[in-house]
Amino acid sequence: MANTKTDYYVPHGSPWPAVASASMFVMALGGALWLNGSDAGRAVLFLGLAGLIVMMFGWLGTVIRENIAGLYSGQVDRSFRQGMAWFIFSEVMFFFGFFGALFYARTLAVPWLGGEGIGTGTNSVLWPGFEADWPTNGPEAVGGSFEPMGWGGLPLLNTALLLASSVTITIAHHALKNSNRLRLNLFTLATVVLGVAFLYFQVVEYVHAYQDLNLRLSTGIYGSTFFMLTGFHGAHVTLGAIMLIVTWLRIARGHFTPNEHFGFQAVAWYWHFVDVVWVCLFIFVYVL
Amino acid sequence: MNRSKAHGGWAILALAAGALAAAAPAGADWALDFPASASDLGNKIRGLHHTALIICVVIGIVVFGALGYSLVKFRKSQGAQAAKFSHSTKAEIIWTVIPVLILIGLAIPSARVLIEMEDTQSADLRIVITGYQWKWRYEYPDHGISFFSNITEESQAAAVLGAGLELHEHYLRDVDRPMVVPVGRKVKLQLTSNDVIHAWWIPELYVKRDAVPGTINETWFQAEKTGVYRGQCAELCGRGHAFMPIVVEVLEQEEFDAWVAGLTEPPAEPEAIISNASADAGSGLAGR
Amino acid sequence: MSETTQAREHHDGPHATGIRRWLTTTNHKDIGTLYLVFSLVMFLVGGTMALIIRSELFQPGLQLVDPHFFNQMTTMHALVMIFGALMPAFVGLANWQIPLMVGAPDMALPRMNNWSFWILPPAFLLLLATLFMPGGAPAGGWTLYPPLILQTGDAFPLVVFSLHLLGASSILGAINIIVTITNMRAPGMGFMKMPLFVWTWLITAYLLIGAMPVLAGAITMLLTDRYFGTSFFLAAGGGDPVMFQHIFWFFGHPEVYILILPAFGIISQVIPTFARKPLFGYTSMVVATSAIAFLSYIVWAHHMFTTGMPQAGMLFFMISTMFIAVPTGVKIFNWLATLWRGSISFETPMLFAIAFVVLFTIGGFSGLMLALVPADIEYHDTYFVVAHFHYVLVPGAIFGVIAGVYYWLPKWTGHMYDETLGKWHFWLSTIFVNVLFFPQHFLGLASMPRRIPDYSVQFTEFNMISTIGAFGFGLSQLLFVWMLIKCVKGGSRASAEVWDQPQGLEWTVPSPAPYHTFETAPRV
Ligand code: HEA
Ligand code: HEA
Ligand code: CUA
Ligand SMILES: [Cu+2]
Repeated sequence: MANTKTDYYVPHGSPWPAVASASMFVMALGGALWLNGSDAGRAVLFLGLAGLIVMMFGWLGTVIRENIAGLYSGQVDRSFRQGMAWFIFSEVMFFFGFFGALFYARTLAVPWLGGEGIGTGTNSVLWPGFEADWPTNGPEAVGGSFEPMGWGGLPLLNTALLLASSVTITIAHHALKNSNRLRLNLFTLATVVLGVAFLYFQVVEYVHAYQDLNLRLSTGIYGSTFFMLTGFHGAHVTLGAIMLIVTWLRIARGHFTPNEHFGFQAVAWYWHFVDVVWVCLFIFVYVL
Repeated sequence: MNRSKAHGGWAILALAAGALAAAAPAGADWALDFPASASDLGNKIRGLHHTALIICVVIGIVVFGALGYSLVKFRKSQGAQAAKFSHSTKAEIIWTVIPVLILIGLAIPSARVLIEMEDTQSADLRIVITGYQWKWRYEYPDHGISFFSNITEESQAAAVLGAGLELHEHYLRDVDRPMVVPVGRKVKLQLTSNDVIHAWWIPELYVKRDAVPGTINETWFQAEKTGVYRGQCAELCGRGHAFMPIVVEVLEQEEFDAWVAGLTEPPAEPEAIISNASADAGSGLAGR
Repeated sequence: MSETTQAREHHDGPHATGIRRWLTTTNHKDIGTLYLVFSLVMFLVGGTMALIIRSELFQPGLQLVDPHFFNQMTTMHALVMIFGALMPAFVGLANWQIPLMVGAPDMALPRMNNWSFWILPPAFLLLLATLFMPGGAPAGGWTLYPPLILQTGDAFPLVVFSLHLLGASSILGAINIIVTITNMRAPGMGFMKMPLFVWTWLITAYLLIGAMPVLAGAITMLLTDRYFGTSFFLAAGGGDPVMFQHIFWFFGHPEVYILILPAFGIISQVIPTFARKPLFGYTSMVVATSAIAFLSYIVWAHHMFTTGMPQAGMLFFMISTMFIAVPTGVKIFNWLATLWRGSISFETPMLFAIAFVVLFTIGGFSGLMLALVPADIEYHDTYFVVAHFHYVLVPGAIFGVIAGVYYWLPKWTGHMYDETLGKWHFWLSTIFVNVLFFPQHFLGLASMPRRIPDYSVQFTEFNMISTIGAFGFGLSQLLFVWMLIKCVKGGSRASAEVWDQPQGLEWTVPSPAPYHTFETAPRV
C-alpha cells in the first residue's frame, strides 16, 4: 500500500514516446512497402528501426539518470516491476497463440484431413489416400518432401545452453544482492556467451534444415509451425541477448545496487521467460 | 424531467414514419418471425426459437416492470426518501438460482435438437456442393450429375452500380439451374469450396453450413413439402456475395427420377453436364 | 469519509504549451482528454461510414456504391468503431478518472501512458489510408477471415501492421492501468473499497493483456500465409481456414467484453449517485464481473456454429455461453435493487444509465437466443446478429460512455453542461437508436443476410425504417458535440461535489480538477 506522503515521481513532458510512435509508423510503412515489392521499403523499414534504437537510448537513458539522481521511490520501483511482469505475460499470450495453432493442427486439423472424427467426408471426397501423421506438410505435400528435425544433437545442446544460462543469471543476481561485483560481472558475461552460443547453433540448425532436410518455412503446416515458433523464440532470445549485453556494460560502469536493480531484474525475468518458452518448444515442437 | 421536450422526438418519428409510408412500395411484407418451415427439423428449430423468445419476453416483463415501478414510485420529486440497505444474501441467491434453472430448462431441448441436427447417418441421397466466387456447383455422385448454378442474368445485371433494375418478386433470388431433390427423403449435403469460405443456406429448410476450401462439411435436410425454396450465400465471400442465390426445387420422387433420367440419358443437354476437369474456373488466390 | 489535502505547490499547470504540450505530456488528464477527443473524431468517421452503409441499404438495387466499396465500408466501420471510438473512449475515461478515484497523483507509468495514446493516430492514419490504395481497404469483414482477407490488395500489410500497433497501444495502456490500480491506491483504499469503475477496468485490463497478443499472433499468421508461404490456414498444406476463426474469436469474444465491462463500471457509479443510495451487492458485482471475464475465455466458438465442429464442441460452447447470462443477470438485478427504495432523480447521466439497463438487456436476450446452436444455424450471419451486437454496443457500450461523459464532464471542465440540450440528446438518441436497430431483428428473422449491399424486395420496408433511424441517431449526436463545445467554453460553475452527495474521491477535488491532484495522498 502506498505511503501517506506521496513522493511518487511524475516526470514532466518527454519527447521519447512521440519519437517511438513516429518510428513505429515509419517501420510499419516501410514493412508494407517492402512486402508490396517497393525498392524503398527496406530503407524506410531500417529508418524506422534506427529511430526506435535512438528512442531506446534516449528513453532508457533518461530513466537511468533519474534513477541515479534518486528520484525513484520504492513505489516507483514496484510500478516498473509490475509493468515488466505484465509485459512478459502479454508475450506469453503471444506465444500461446502460436502454440494454440500447433496444438489445433496436430490434434484436430491434420487428423480430420486424414478422415478421423468429423473428417470422413473430407478425406474420402477431397483427399483420398491422405494419411494423417505428424509431422506433415499436408495432403498436397506443400513444399515438397522433407525430413523432420530431430530433437537430439543441436536442439538438445541448445536446451542445455539455455537452461545453463538461466542458472548463471540467477547466480549473477545473487551476487548482485550480496555485493559481489566480480561474480556479478562474470556470470552476466557467461549468460551473454551462452545466449549468443544458443543463437549461433540455432542459425546452424536452420541452415541444416534448409539445405539438408528441405525443411522450410513453406513446408506445409509442419514447417510453418516449426519456423514461426522457433523463429519468434529466436527473435526474443536476440532481444534478450542485446538487453543482457547492455546490462553487462552497465554493470561494468558500476550501475545497480543490492537494493535497487530493476533494470537487471527485468532482464533476468525476460531471460527466464525465453527459457521457459524454449522448454515448451523443445517438448512440443521437437520431442513429441 | 421536462415532458414537453420529450414530445420533440416523437414528432420527428411521426414525420419519418409518414415519409416512409409514402416511399414504401405496395405489397409490403412486414414479416416478423422465422419463415414457416418445410421440414420437421425446421419446425423443431422454429419452436425452440419461440420458446427462447417467450422466456426472454417474460423475463423482460419482470425486469422492466420492476424498473418502471421503481422509477415511478421512488422519485425524488415525489418526496421519496432513500433507504440505506446495500445487500441481501437471500435476494442474491434467488436471482442467481432462478436464471440457472431457466437456462438448464432451455439447454435440454436445445441439446436434443442439436443432436438430431447433427445426425447425418442413413441419408437417401448425397449431394456434393462446391462454392465458387460467385456461383454454386451441385454434384450428385450417385447419379453422375454435375452442374453449375448461377444467378440469372437479369438479376446479375443488378450487381452494377446504378443499374436501376425493374425489381421483381424474386429479384436476387433466381438462378438459372436450381438444385433438385425428392420430397420426403433425407438429403445429405457435403459442402466445400473452391476459393474462399461460402455458406449454403435455405431459410425455409432451416439448413445452413459453411463451405470451407479444403474440407468437407456435412449436414442434411428433409423437405416434407414440394415446391421451390430460395436462399442465398450466407458467408461474406467478396464482391459478389449478395449475388449468389440458392434455389432448391423439391419434387415428387417420380418427377425427380424423371429429372435425373433427363440429365443422364443421352442425348443430354450438352452444356448441362460439366466434367470435373473444367470445374475449376474462377479459382481465386486461395486455390494456389 | 475522506479528507482533501490539495497540494498547490510549485507546478500547477502544464510546462510546455501548444502542440508540444500535447505531444510530450505525461499528465493523465491531458492524455485522457487526448483519448476522448480522438475517440469522438473516430466515432464521427465510423458513423459516417455507417451512414454510407445505411444509405445504400435504404432500398433494393445498387444506387450509391459499388459492392466492393460497400464491403470496405462494413469492414472499416467496425474496425474504426471498435478500435478507434469505443476502446479509446474507455481508456480516456480510465485516464481521467482512475487516478482521481483511487487518490493517485497520476498514472503509474506516465511516459508509457503518453506512448499508448500517440500510437493511435499513426495507426489510424495507416488504416484509413488503405481506402485510397490500389485494391482498396480491407473488405473481408472486421473478422478478417481467410482466405477472403488474403485477397485484399496492396493494403493488406498496412492493415496487419496497423492492427499490430493498435494492439501494442492497448497492451501498454492495460499494463499502465493494472499497475496504477494495484500500486497507486491511496492509503486505506483496499481492493474491496475501490469504486466499481476501477474494478471493472482492472478486469478489463486483464482481458486486454490476455486477448490482444493472441490477435497479434493470428494476423501475423495471415501475413506469413500471404507473403512467406506458410500454410496455417491452407488445408492443402495441413492447415485449416477455420483455425483462424478459432484464434480470432479466442481474442474476439473477450474483446466484446472489453467493450462492455467498463460501461458496466460507469453505470455502477451513476445509478447509486442519482438513486441516492449505496450500490446494492458490491461484492457480488465484483464477483460477477470476474466470472464474466473468466467465462469469456471459454465461449469463443459460439461465433462458429456453422463452420462444422464436433457435436461435443457445439454442446460445450452452447452451454458455457448460456451461463454468461447468470453473472450478467446478477449485475442487472443489483442495479434494480439499487434503484429500489431510492430517491431517484433524472439528470442526463441517469437517463442514459436507465436506457442502458433496458436496452443492453434486450441485446443480452438476443445474445442468449444466438447461443442456442440449432436456432443460431438460422440466425447466424443475418441481421438478427447485427441487431444483437448493436444493441449491446450502441445503446449498451456507447450509452455507457455517454453517461460517463455527462457524469464527469463538470469535474473536467468546471462547468455544468446544458441540461436541456442533454435531455434532447437523450430522448432523440434513445428513440432513434431503437428505430435504427429494432427492425433489424425482423430483417434477420425474415432471413436477410448481413454484409450485403443489395437485397431482395421483401426486406425493403424495415430497411427503410432502419435507415431513417440511422440518420436520426447520427444527427442527434451532433447535439452531443454541440453540448460538449458549449460546456468546455462556459456554463454555470460546477461545485466540487457537482451532484447531490456523490460518493468517491473524485468529488473531493475542486471542479475543474487542477492539473495535478493528490500530490499528497488522501486517507480513505
Ligand atoms: C458489447 C459487446 C457484446 C456483449 C456484451 C455480448 C453479449 C452476449 N453475446 Fe454477443 N456479439 C457481439 C457483442 C457482444 N455480445 C458482437 C460484436 C457479435 C458479432 C461479431 C461478428 O460476427 O461480427 C456478437 C455475436 C454473438 C454470437 C454469434 C452469433 C452468430 O454470429 O451467429 C453469439 C452466440 O452465442 C452471442 C452471444 C452473446 C451472449 C450469450 C451474450 C451475453 O453476455 C448476454 C448476457 C445478458 C443477458 C442474458 C441479459 C441480462 C440478464 C438477465 C436479465 C438475467 C436473466 C436472463 C436469463 C436467464 C435469460 N453474441
Ligand atoms: C462500437 C461499435 C459500433 C458502433 C458504435 C456502431 C454504430 C452503428 N452501426 Fe455498426 N457495426 C459494428 C460495430 C458498431 N457499429 C460492427 C462490429 C459491425 C460488423 C462489421 C462486419 O460485418 O464486419 C457493424 C456493422 C454494421 C452494419 C451491417 C453492415 C453489413 O452487414 O453490411 C450496419 C448496417 O446498418 C451498421 C450500422 C450502424 C449504424 C447506423 C451505427 C450508428 O450507431 C452510428 C451513429 C453515428 C453517426 C452516424 C455519426 C454521426 C456523425 C454525423 C451525422 C456527421 C458526420 C460528420 C462529420 C464526419 C464531420 N453497422
Ligand atoms: Cu458466397 Cu457469400
Ligand atoms: Cu462472442
